[in-house]
Amino acid sequence: MIRQGTIGIWRFYRDGFRSMTLGRTLWAIILIKLFIMFFILKLFFFPSFLRDKSTEEKEDYVGNELIERAFHP
Amino acid sequence: MLDNLDAMTDWSRAQFALTAMYHWLFVPLTLGMAVIMGVMETRYVISGQDFWKRTARFWMRLFGINFAIGIATGLILEFQFGTNWSNYSWFVGDIFGAPLAIEGILAFFMEATFIAVMFFGWDKVSRKFHLASTWLTGLGATLSAWWILVANSWMQYPVGMTFNPETVRNEMVDFLAVAFSPVAVMKFLHTVLSSWIVGAVFVIGVSAWFLLKRREKEFALASMKIAAYTGLFASLLTLYSGDKSAYQVAQYQPMKLAAMEALYEGGTRQPLTLVGEWKIPAMLSFLATRNADGYVPGIRNILAGGHTAHNGAQALPATEKIARGKTAIAALSDFRQAQKDNDKEKMEKSRRTLEENIPYFGYGYIHNPEDLVPNVWLSFWTFRIMVGFGIYFIAFFALVLFLSRKKTLSEHRWLHRIALWSIPCAFIASQAGWVVSEVGRQPWAIQDMLPVNAAISDLTSGTVQSTFFIFLALFSVLFIAEIGIMIKAIQQGPEPEM
Repeated sequence: MIRQGTIGIWRFYRDGFRSMTLGRTLWAIILIKLFIMFFILKLFFFPSFLRDKSTEEKEDYVGNELIERAFHP
Repeated sequence: MLDNLDAMTDWSRAQFALTAMYHWLFVPLTLGMAVIMGVMETRYVISGQDFWKRTARFWMRLFGINFAIGIATGLILEFQFGTNWSNYSWFVGDIFGAPLAIEGILAFFMEATFIAVMFFGWDKVSRKFHLASTWLTGLGATLSAWWILVANSWMQYPVGMTFNPETVRNEMVDFLAVAFSPVAVMKFLHTVLSSWIVGAVFVIGVSAWFLLKRREKEFALASMKIAAYTGLFASLLTLYSGDKSAYQVAQYQPMKLAAMEALYEGGTRQPLTLVGEWKIPAMLSFLATRNADGYVPGIRNILAGGHTAHNGAQALPATEKIARGKTAIAALSDFRQAQKDNDKEKMEKSRRTLEENIPYFGYGYIHNPEDLVPNVWLSFWTFRIMVGFGIYFIAFFALVLFLSRKKTLSEHRWLHRIALWSIPCAFIASQAGWVVSEVGRQPWAIQDMLPVNAAISDLTSGTVQSTFFIFLALFSVLFIAEIGIMIKAIQQGPEPEM
């Protein structure tokens, strides 16, 4: 029963993708866009600024930043 | 260092604005078209007429193009939070993260599941199941918008949280207060309903193009009628939600209202400026206080203080707020030092000082009272563009409906041309609304708690400049691709009759 259901869903998506015309172009655009976003922009241009710090280090860092910005901008 | 900080803040704001405005080209059309194609498919299921199926499928194709090009553009905003706005990201804690996480899960499961049935499921699932999937696709997109708007509203009206000086983060203490704050509810209604207007204008404009080309007359007239009903309904409710939103701005963000009205010297019985010297006597007072004799503070009054604020308290002068902000930040510094020294008594004392002054925490980063004034020119004019087009659309939808009922809609080619040119106007109005909301609240990233110059990461502006231009190029290419694909799909028209 579950197997049949899974196969049915698989066929539904497979046939849907196969029958696409304009959709293929759109999927190509989506995949190129996601590649640029996650493998170029995120990796090389948008690293998380606090990523290498532990939780305590983040608290210290942001705490110091917020105090210093007010008195020594 | 101040120059670099200012440059960094400006470039980061420009980058965020560019990304948000690009993202906002797609979202309102998705939300608006979802309703209109849902109505069309409902007509198909009720009537069983193949005409309505063809009609719904045509608009679904345009919906799909818009959805595909726009998908995930909002994720870039989240990248920017982590890189450019790291102080902000840490400071807001789980308050911002929770709504965004819910949004992500909803967007993935609801939209991704039902959109597949909507596009692949014709003739494979029952009509009613397909119809339910179409409506649930729209509902999923709308619920996604809800959580994003909750996060945005919290920045405009921070409630339901407490600041923890040990972690330097805000912690959520009342989820419902965050999720259903009056500002969030009204912002959601205003944003979603105005998006329906964008969808309606788009459908009428594209249908008018078919009439201009003397093609698909029945399809175009039927589409225009449904879109005009949707647009008029949404416009009238947008008028209501806009009035409520402006009333909230008057209460919680009086500086934004003063900038929207370019009101430097306030007072009682303040007129509403239409344009130039055209004013409606006492109307601003009435809209802002629900009393024609009500007092509305201007920019100079807000900086000087001394008037009665919405909560009945006497408003403090900006200089006093700045002093109390600096006291709060000094208390945070003392607290953290005492924490390191394990001095419990000093920790308790500085915590009390911090709590007493926390409502003014963000003012401690303001160097001059004038820095509290947003860009008045931009706030004033974008507000008028939004409202002006909003009023125009009410008349536009009413006229289209009137001519549709008289069955002469296809004859007025001048109206078809106006309808076509109204499409960019709808997008401009929608964008202008966000400019009013976001420019008007400057200098705050979080109202009264964190200005943008404290929210920013300690990066060099050169890095942000580079990514700004990369985005500009990427977005331009994608936008041109969308326009090209959309025009091609429109020119093909609906599928031929069986």
